[in-house]
Amino acid sequence: MKKPIWLVPTLYIVFLMLPIYWLLNMSFKTTNEILGAFTLWPQNFTVENYVTIFTDPTWYNGYINSITYVVINTVISVSVALPAAYAFSRYRFLGDKHLFFWLLTNRMAPPAVFALPFFQLYSATNLFDTPLAVALAHCLFNIPLAVWILEGFMSGIPKELDETAYVDGYSFPHFFTKVFIPTIAAGIGVAAFFCFMFSWVELLLAKTLTSVAAKPIAATMTRTASTSGYELGLLAAAGALTIIPGAIVIYFVRHHIAKGFALGRV
Amino acid sequence: MAAKITNQKAWLFVLPVIILVAFNAVIPLMTVVNYSVQETFGNNVFFYEGVKWFEDVLHSERFHASLLRQLAFTATILAIEIPLGVAIALTMPQKGVWVSVCLVLMALPLLIPWNVVGAMWNIFALPEIGLLGRAINGLGIDYNFTQDPISAWLTTVLMDVWHWTSLVVLLAYAGLRSIPDAYYQAAKIDGAGSWAVFRHIQLPKMKRVLTIAVLLRLMDSFMIYTEPFVLTGGGPGNTTTFLSIDLVKIALGQFDLGPAAAMSLIYFLIVLLLCWVFYTLMMKDEDQ
Repeated sequence: MKKPIWLVPTLYIVFLMLPIYWLLNMSFKTTNEILGAFTLWPQNFTVENYVTIFTDPTWYNGYINSITYVVINTVISVSVALPAAYAFSRYRFLGDKHLFFWLLTNRMAPPAVFALPFFQLYSATNLFDTPLAVALAHCLFNIPLAVWILEGFMSGIPKELDETAYVDGYSFPHFFTKVFIPTIAAGIGVAAFFCFMFSWVELLLAKTLTSVAAKPIAATMTRTASTSGYELGLLAAAGALTIIPGAIVIYFVRHHIAKGFALGRV
Repeated sequence: MAAKITNQKAWLFVLPVIILVAFNAVIPLMTVVNYSVQETFGNNVFFYEGVKWFEDVLHSERFHASLLRQLAFTATILAIEIPLGVAIALTMPQKGVWVSVCLVLMALPLLIPWNVVGAMWNIFALPEIGLLGRAINGLGIDYNFTQDPISAWLTTVLMDVWHWTSLVVLLAYAGLRSIPDAYYQAAKIDGAGSWAVFRHIQLPKMKRVLTIAVLLRLMDSFMIYTEPFVLTGGGPGNTTTFLSIDLVKIALGQFDLGPAAAMSLIYFLIVLLLCWVFYTLMMKDEDQ
């Protein structure tokens, strides 16, 4: 008799989906129904919460701000990490191991430690309350991560590739852009995915570095919860919408995601 | 691995990274060091205080209490997430369309903004309107995470298990996929049972990724802030006030710059120590 081992992952996925279902359930209810009755699915199905979010600029601007700094951060992180990761995977140079360790420590630095000095630093440089400030601040942990992942993927590629290209008469920039980058496209995709992910989920720094103009959606949610009473339905709808970008990017890297979480080092 | 070429020009390749990270890491860190040795009474007037704040923090019961809570929390979630993650990875489908389905669904919690995770669990666990809270109370168990410390603690742990076990699953799964089929066939010929296969083939092959998993979870759980802050606000009382929450309370809430900076540095040194252990283990593996 074959044991039903598929039961374990299935139960786990059900456990993962329950809170998400509850969030969706709440987002389609009216405030009265949420507070008045306990129902497993919406009795008076309404999309009003979503309509509010898509028509009120303070709400939808939050999404635009968040996406803006996440994209800027991903582009900066991956483009500066590419040459650095190449250097770490191919060359030995003075202080390379110390440098790599120093980069790593920044990935591990608790954002809470940096919240106050960041506020002062970005105020002093006149970047406070711009998407660029958050994008640059998130470089603190995303660049080390991108270097780390890319270095793992690059080290898996034999050096013979580089050598053959030089023998064939490629110059270094030509080789790097035309041969090497296409070869590690999967690694770049995974690195970009992780930068996107960690910038998207982070709130402490994003909230500290913005006030009105560049406020991220996550901060809009926390402030709404405290100022305009207990609008749970609206909060649930806003939360449900924040899951969508993540779900889209996961879909694109689904074949490489397991290897990516192992930082390209399996 | 082939020997690397020594080339000092490689520094030019890493220069942009160094500049960007240094701007974000060195300047703020120096600010913190600066505050940690000074006293201020406002108006930007500062007095040198030496190591007074460090002594204060190291002797303060409040710091000991949050550190202890932090250690207990980290130990608990590691003890649950690592075995659970490995068990799920072992039972996952190996090929076919279900692999993608499982991976995408399991990775979903990792991509939800941390405050939404907190808010979602808040709604999910509220005793009156939440599915979980209602269900537990329906079983006749008194459960209210906003008032009862034990409920709050358990809810925070459960939330972290929900949020991060998938990371362990994905890592362990990646390790398992790297085992060639020939190993399993050899084990079959030798008549090895499933426990022997796990003990002598799967576990050694997963050692490397599990090291990453344990240490990533160790360090990330050490900086947990947003999820418990949104779920419980650190309460009831101080039950779920972990290091980061306590630090932000002191720094941005009370604006006690000196003690907050000293605490930041001590906190950072603890994390740095863990990081160093992590790095040494990783590099030892790499050299083999």
